[in-house]
Amino acid sequence: MAKPTPLQAWHQAQGGRLVDFAGWSLPIHYGSQINEHHAVRQHAGLFDVSHMGIVDLRGSGSRDLLRWLLANDVARLDENPGRALYSCLLNPAGGVLDDLIVYYMSPEWYRVVVNGATRDSDLAWLTQHAAGRGVTVTLRDDLAMVALQGPAAPAIGAPLLSERYAIDVAALSRFQAAAQGDYFVGRTGYTGEDGYEVMLPAAEVTPLAEALTAAGVAPCGLGARDTLRLEAGMNLYGQDMDSGVTPLESGLAWTVSLTAERDFIGRDALLKQRTLGIARTLVGVVLRDAGVLRPQQPVRCASGGVGVITSGSFSPTLQRSIGFARVPAGDADGCRVEVRGRELAAQIVRLPFVRNGVATFQL
Amino acid sequence: MSEVPENLKYSASHEWVRAEPDGSVVVGITHHAQDLLGDMVYIELPEVGRALRLNEECAVVESVKAASDVYAPIAGTIEAVNSELTAQPELINTLPYSDGWLFRLRPEMPTALNDLLDADGYRRQLDDDSGA
Repeated sequence: MAKPTPLQAWHQAQGGRLVDFAGWSLPIHYGSQINEHHAVRQHAGLFDVSHMGIVDLRGSGSRDLLRWLLANDVARLDENPGRALYSCLLNPAGGVLDDLIVYYMSPEWYRVVVNGATRDSDLAWLTQHAAGRGVTVTLRDDLAMVALQGPAAPAIGAPLLSERYAIDVAALSRFQAAAQGDYFVGRTGYTGEDGYEVMLPAAEVTPLAEALTAAGVAPCGLGARDTLRLEAGMNLYGQDMDSGVTPLESGLAWTVSLTAERDFIGRDALLKQRTLGIARTLVGVVLRDAGVLRPQQPVRCASGGVGVITSGSFSPTLQRSIGFARVPAGDADGCRVEVRGRELAAQIVRLPFVRNGVATFQL
Repeated sequence: MSEVPENLKYSASHEWVRAEPDGSVVVGITHHAQDLLGDMVYIELPEVGRALRLNEECAVVESVKAASDVYAPIAGTIEAVNSELTAQPELINTLPYSDGWLFRLRPEMPTALNDLLDADGYRRQLDDDSGA
């Protein structure tokens, strides 16, 4: 039986089509996922992301623990309380255990937001490594989480959130957060648009959702969330990367801080891989022909190498199919993808596919 | 609640069939089927003149979410396809029983329609599917 989020009844009242997603009952859409996608690109949308794991690390050892556990370096946040950082969590072989956002709130408090499907394993991993380091690890399953996303999110959200939670939301720059007790607002998201992720006591999330939709924000489901993040060139854990690949093979080298002075779990494996050469890379693929890219479809590159689609769908903004593919490193031209028994023409492009609502590439 | 018009026949695999005065039949997918699949983005239709066996895969309707095969609800030959769907696949969502039709078929056996479900039979199947 899928677990309900604190917004379950609200989803039903809004006509949400609930599905089981990583053990959680969440709306795939509320009628049309394409309309919801356009609402976020053109105005503002609201997503229930309460399935994600909110984990607080408290205590003086938190910084050192995160420097040891994360591929990116939280020392980059030292001068900027409230600042957020995207990172992978690696196993000793350099494989990706999860990707996450870490917020540096104070020297005694970091907040980590992890994927819903991996929250239990991540919590166990963090707790195990925290032992004896002066860090308390707490899963905040008393909190709900929603994402308000879209170009109109600041105009609508800043006054409304500031008034409710006594946080100066208008003062937040991109990738920055502020907290007031159990209320937490970060200017982050997973759509490529401006907006906020809001964490708050579970009992208070329904009134917030009601206030935002009354202000013209569209309820949006998992379907739109997936096509938005795909257009924005953002990886999905479990689909575009997992424990069998490293960040260097997943288009995430920019999130790895390989310096001489810091050791971290997976570092040796990444250094070795970099020295020996990175054989595979994750790229964006645009389908030239009509059809739809889907995960697992084989990709044949111009060089003769073979790759595979990891994520694929239809881009409502571009009105054609786009996807990610793991291909031999160095391939950057035309390719062919086997789609339902037919070989279709496609093009490897730089990510993201969409910025400020328009295509970043020309075919 | 899914719309199930009285004047149509239905297959268990969620195609609808409408008998035309000239003896041909028009085929589409039901309101229930389009609702399950969600927003349509790509439709693959059979070639005119193709002869289809009963239950043969003959078209693909693809939504943002997933691709789904369409099966020939009766045996026959394709006489026409709805080429509007190439540019406007969403017609299947908005008007599944009219402008969202897929193809017109000349039945091999005029009596084949009798083997399909009527509206009541299809409604019962939908109830059974959801009530399980």
